[in-house]
Amino acid sequence: MGDEVSAELVETLRATALEVRRDVVRMTYAAGSGYPGGSLSVVELLTALLFREMRIDPARPADPDRDRLVLSKGHAASALYSALALRGFFPRDELRTFGRPGTRLPGLPDRRRLPGIDATTGGLGQGLGVAVGMALDARLERRPSRIYAVLGDGECQAGGTWEALLAAAHHRLAHLVIVIDRNGFEGDGATEEILGIEPLVEKLRAFGCAPIEIDGHDFPAVLGAFATARATTDRPSAIVAHTVKGRGVSFMENTHVWHARAPSPDEAERALLELGVPAAEATR
Amino acid sequence: MTTAGHRASLREAYGRALVELGERDPRTMVLDADRASATGSQSFARQFPERAINLGVADASMISIAAGLALDGRTVFVGTNAVFAAGEAYNVVRQSVCLNAANVKVVGVPAGIGSGVDGAPLAMLEDLGLMRGLPGMTVVVPADAPSARSATLAVAERPGPAYVRLSGEPRPDVTPGEIVIGRATQLRPGNDLTIVALGTLVAPALDLAEDLARIGISARVLDFASVKPFDEPALLRAARDTGAILVLEEHSVLTGVGALVASATAENYPVPVRRVGIPDVFSDAGPPDVLFDRLGLSAARLRDEAWELLKSRGKVS
Repeated sequence: MGDEVSAELVETLRATALEVRRDVVRMTYAAGSGYPGGSLSVVELLTALLFREMRIDPARPADPDRDRLVLSKGHAASALYSALALRGFFPRDELRTFGRPGTRLPGLPDRRRLPGIDATTGGLGQGLGVAVGMALDARLERRPSRIYAVLGDGECQAGGTWEALLAAAHHRLAHLVIVIDRNGFEGDGATEEILGIEPLVEKLRAFGCAPIEIDGHDFPAVLGAFATARATTDRPSAIVAHTVKGRGVSFMENTHVWHARAPSPDEAERALLELGVPAAEATR
Repeated sequence: MTTAGHRASLREAYGRALVELGERDPRTMVLDADRASATGSQSFARQFPERAINLGVADASMISIAAGLALDGRTVFVGTNAVFAAGEAYNVVRQSVCLNAANVKVVGVPAGIGSGVDGAPLAMLEDLGLMRGLPGMTVVVPADAPSARSATLAVAERPGPAYVRLSGEPRPDVTPGEIVIGRATQLRPGNDLTIVALGTLVAPALDLAEDLARIGISARVLDFASVKPFDEPALLRAARDTGAILVLEEHSVLTGVGALVASATAENYPVPVRRVGIPDVFSDAGPPDVLFDRLGLSAARLRDEAWELLKSRGKVS
């Protein structure tokens, strides 16, 4: 896989990201619950991972040599499900079952239910530890797998995250890439007002990671960060991706209010129109 | 039969069983959290250094890391004091282990009233209630060193999450050391009373049965080492055959096996049940035998409880 990021590739990824955003709105609206804010902020990161960076094959979701993704901020599941469906892991139509009884797509991802989900997550502060275990396993088994852990920034307040970081650095897990969706908001408000985590980059460096700071909505930057991480061979990389909570829907942006709130019919329609869905389809 | 004989360490037996497993299956792995000297896993680490990791004083993330290690065919044992294994790491066991169906064997060692100067903070009496409440979890409490070996091998053979509770104190060898998960082991036949016991209380249960035999009372002793799955048929058979059940355990009576026995009999075959365990208190500091007496597990107390049950059945007056 080359590292050149062509304009054409970026266009394709942007189009995919737009589809994911539309799905997030549709799914949270249809389910009447979910986490649109933090799902919309992580869209480019997940899209870049699933469509470009990760070695995965929808036809062989249990291939032991595949790369792994731990969505530690499991509440962004709607974005992950959409990206997995678009990538071919399951029919996009199944997104309609999001959050319904018996679904393979519960509001928080469940490894036991859906091929393509590498770890069950939801309770925050545990995902990075699971990813560290996967990275240790890959090393012991001499598998080529790279492990990607996507964390929320609120999760950087959890002790388990920092315990796992100590282990990741101690064992020099260079094939582990930590991606922090730094949208600035957690459930109750701004992270820096509730329990500040800054200076985050300095903390990550001090904990033994190679930090990379980027605009998490800029595909060339995101792909460049993954390339830098691949070239780092002596320690885990930690990508601090500055993002906008609720990105793409004006009234959801930069607020904690849409962390765990589903749009009303009117709000869903406005959101879909903003995301370029034709009026006839958006109002359905 | 007396239980005054040879005493052996459960954790050493656990450690030897780990080495056995390590020799047999190269995908066996052991994690510790700065307590390897207390969990008995050191010999495994010496023999298989590349398959043993000490993760420091980070018990909860040790268990999330174990889950990640165990998702592709590996069997991972994690050992730490039961207060951390089942208490501090409870939601890690719940989410990262159970909800991933990860092949992680959580070993709570030591567990129970504790010993020495430490007292309550490291004396876990609530772990069985926590662990047996988790769907899909296997829970085993061996009584002696042979059972500790057997339990270690048995949970390794059974895919999925398991919790093994080990006493830190050497115990007399009183069982055949052949734990079958899901089965109670009858250690002594009897028809006047059933004594359900597990872990450290199995030896006192046998002593009590021996005492009762001297006055012509035959007490059936069932070792419920397999707490989950729970052998309800054996329990209900005992209820039918003997009409009264005494439960002995080194665990809080609020959520221990006594509570399980009481609810299973109440629903299916109500008979008088007495639960003897740690009352609704935390443990204390001191030597284990003193603590046993202070916390209500003295031989005299066990005899009194058996007597009350037998009286209620009109078998003694």
